[in-house]
Amino acid sequence: MSGAEERPEIVDPDDDPGDAAERPEAGGPGRGPVPVLVAVAVGGVVGAEARYGLSLALPHAPGAWPWSTLLVNASGCVLIGVLMVLVTERVRVHPLTRPLLGVGVLGGYTTFSSYAVDVVGLVGAGRVVPAAGYAVATPLLALLAVAVGVWLTRRATARWSAGERR
Amino acid sequence: MTVLWVAIGAAVGAPLRYLVDRAVRGRLRGGFPWGTFTVNVVASFVLGLVTALAVDPAQAAVLGVGFCGALSTYSTFGYETFALLEGRAVGTAVANLVGSVVAGLSAVTAGYLVGLALPW
Repeated sequence: MSGAEERPEIVDPDDDPGDAAERPEAGGPGRGPVPVLVAVAVGGVVGAEARYGLSLALPHAPGAWPWSTLLVNASGCVLIGVLMVLVTERVRVHPLTRPLLGVGVLGGYTTFSSYAVDVVGLVGAGRVVPAAGYAVATPLLALLAVAVGVWLTRRATARWSAGERR
Repeated sequence: MTVLWVAIGAAVGAPLRYLVDRAVRGRLRGGFPWGTFTVNVVASFVLGLVTALAVDPAQAAVLGVGFCGALSTYSTFGYETFALLEGRAVGTAVANLVGSVVAGLSAVTAGYLVGLALPW
C-alpha cells in the first residue's frame, strides 16, 4: 500500500505465498506492536465467543461427531478467503483491519486444537471410521472453503478498482 | 460466567499466536508456514493435557475453549495451504496439510498421556 502510484499494489496470486503481504497475520506497517496486539486480542475474544456460542447451540458429547467444530472451521475458512481477497486485492483498509478481523476474529473463531482433540476423542470412543473421516474431511473442506471464499469474492468484485476507493 | 472465562483465555491466546507466529517466521524463512504449524501443535498438546486432567468447567473454559481455541487457528492454516497451492507450491501445500494434521493429532495424544501420568 506504499506505492507512489495511485493504485495500491495488487497482490499477484503467483507471488511467493510466504510473502508477508499475502498472509492474514501481517500487521500494519509503521506502528508499534501495542495497537496490533490489542486489535488481535479484541478480535480473538469476539471470535472465541462466537465459537463458544455455536458450540452451545450445537452441542456434542465427547466421542460424538463434532458438527459445531466442523461448521466453525469451514465457515471461518470461507470468511478468511473473502477477507484476504478484499484486503489484498480490492480495497484500501485501515492497517489494523487484518490484525482485528483476520488474526483476531477468524483466528479466535476457528480452532485447530478442538479439531485434533475431536479426532482423538472419536478414536477413544471406538469410532475409528468416523474419526478417520472427520480427520481427513476437515482439512479438505477447509481448503475448499477458502477457495470458494476467494473465488466468489474475486468474481463478485471483479469490476472494482481499488484505486477508485476513497 | 463461562463467557468471561472464554474471553480471558482468548485475550491471551490470540495475541500469543500472533507473537509466536512472528517470532517463528523471523527465524525460519522459506515457503513452509512454520509459525501457524507451531501454534497449532502447541495448542493441540495443551488441549490434550487439559482434557486428560479433567479440569472443572471454569478451567476448561479459560484454558480449552478460550486459550487453546484462540491460540490455534484453522482459517490461517487453510488460507496458507490455499495460497501455497495457488502459488503452485503443491509439495509444500501437501506437506503442510498432512504434516499439520499428523503433528496435531500426535500432540493431542502426547498431551493426553502426559496429563494422565501427572500425579494430580
